[in-house]
Amino acid sequence: MSLNYEQAVEKYEPTLGLEVHVELNTKSKMFCGCATEFGAQPNTQTCPVCLGLPGSLPVVNKKAIESTILIGLALNCTIAPYSRFARKNYFYPDMPKNFQTSQYDEPICVNGYLDVEIETDDGSKSFRVEIERVHMEEDTGKSLHVGGSTGRIHGADYSLLDYNRAGIPLVEIVTRIIPNTGKYAPQVARAYVASLRDILRGLKVSDVKMEQGSLRCDVNLSLSEINSGKLGTRSETKNVNSLRSVERAVNGEFIRQANRLTSGERIIQETRHFLEESGQTRPGRSKEQAEDYRYFPEPDLVPVIPDNKWIEELRKTLPEKPSDRRKRLQQAWSVPDKEMSAIVNAELLDTVEETVLLGADPTKARSWWLGEISRIANDRSVFPTELISVKDVYQIITLISQGELTDKLARQVVEGVIAGEGSPADVITKRGLKVVSDDSQLMKAIEDAIAAAPETADRVRGGNIPAAGALIGSVMKATGGKADAAKVRELLLKHLGQ
Amino acid sequence: MSAISRDEVANLARLARISMSDAELDHLATEMDVILGAVARVQEVAGKDVPPTSHPLEVSNVVREDQVVPSLTPSEALSGAPASHEQRFKVPQILGEE
Ligand SMILES: [Zn+2]
Repeated sequence: MSLNYEQAVEKYEPTLGLEVHVELNTKSKMFCGCATEFGAQPNTQTCPVCLGLPGSLPVVNKKAIESTILIGLALNCTIAPYSRFARKNYFYPDMPKNFQTSQYDEPICVNGYLDVEIETDDGSKSFRVEIERVHMEEDTGKSLHVGGSTGRIHGADYSLLDYNRAGIPLVEIVTRIIPNTGKYAPQVARAYVASLRDILRGLKVSDVKMEQGSLRCDVNLSLSEINSGKLGTRSETKNVNSLRSVERAVNGEFIRQANRLTSGERIIQETRHFLEESGQTRPGRSKEQAEDYRYFPEPDLVPVIPDNKWIEELRKTLPEKPSDRRKRLQQAWSVPDKEMSAIVNAELLDTVEETVLLGADPTKARSWWLGEISRIANDRSVFPTELISVKDVYQIITLISQGELTDKLARQVVEGVIAGEGSPADVITKRGLKVVSDDSQLMKAIEDAIAAAPETADRVRGGNIPAAGALIGSVMKATGGKADAAKVRELLLKHLGQ
Repeated sequence: MSAISRDEVANLARLARISMSDAELDHLATEMDVILGAVARVQEVAGKDVPPTSHPLEVSNVVREDQVVPSLTPSEALSGAPASHEQRFKVPQILGEE
């Protein structure tokens, strides 16, 4: 490839659009009472409705409608006074009915927006992402392609289908074209998906676990020469499943299309797949003749006509906007911008807030969760709260502020709790980690230290305060690090008449 | 003028993954044309004031509470499948698609 990203953005401007699919966290499926548990044994969560057996009739899950309306309200959408389901016909074994029940020209929420902020060369800048529609549909089954060399569909000997996921409520959120993103297209795409995820998490309508596929993003991108006024042909990169990948997919596709256009080749309108390792995309099914779904209104379902009372009741349950909440907490905790971003990026805002709500000092809560605990969690590729509970961390922080633990001892307590040695109190007892705060015991250690280094002690008596460092060091060593260094210093200086 | 062409029927067959001989296409195109002609007459009856409908009854918002009911057992679910393997439905390889 000849053009790199910097060269590509000088020559071309992007037209970006994003489609996000989010699996709702309802207990039962969209149109039947089957459970929706992730990771269940294959085909243990199916019934005549989601298997598309003849004579079965779907009935809509009320909670799924309410969750979708909540999403629409949180995204500043208009809730349509009349909406309907349609059949999207296609013949592929991941949908045993031979159609997916979806919404087509009558979606439940329309015309919303979400403002996202990114860092640019000229400081932080806000982009308005307009939402065209939010509609309800159902997820498809999972296929496993067996045989062949690549594990891809083509060349497989046969496919194995698990329909546990078929019929799980899915909400599709479609943006309009996001204008004027220029070279920031990758960051805008990422910031949008991140903000959307925060909103969905706040609404508690989905697990929003990108790595498990409960939130996935399709990236639509086309390029045109700057100021040409023309629209290019777009590609659609499917099922990008992490924030970082969203950013990389836009970047990779930008470079690929720019290079094709520069060398006089045309862009094919097609579906592409994102390659995690290289950050590039590879072609999938060509859409040029494949997309013909023969949509028609679903005759087995009646229209959804949400009245104002229902909508207003739902509106009352909307939580604080994530961006407002972030500002409020940042102010309450007096945290600098950069550190607040670190908390948010580490997805530890909820955790830190819970710890502070129990009564912990915000600065300490932040530094323990983002420091020591995150470090261990990263090493083990787990989320920090999987290692240690908010309550345990709160207790450890409290013990530090009460002078019962030093930071050094507290690290050992954290280590013990993570190792499964019990509660912080258990670990302290078992490992004997209490701070030596008994003055008489400390004084004994101080007198021993002075006796062992009388000349140093004389220098301190003579006013050389920094010389006390060596004596404090010996006291700390003698107490196995269990003394509070500040306390030792205070007692020592007093003892030497300083 | 016919309501549906032979080419359109061929396209539908392709979308539905049904292979059809020329004779079958000719036959079906004629038959479907007759059906569509009959439906077209019904459409003529509806005036501009009659909104298109997808359901014969004037009902809306029929919903169920979000409650789990027992599913089929895997063996029940798979009982109608022509083939299965590892508790999954087994289907022929899918050609020419990714
Ligand atoms: Zn079911």
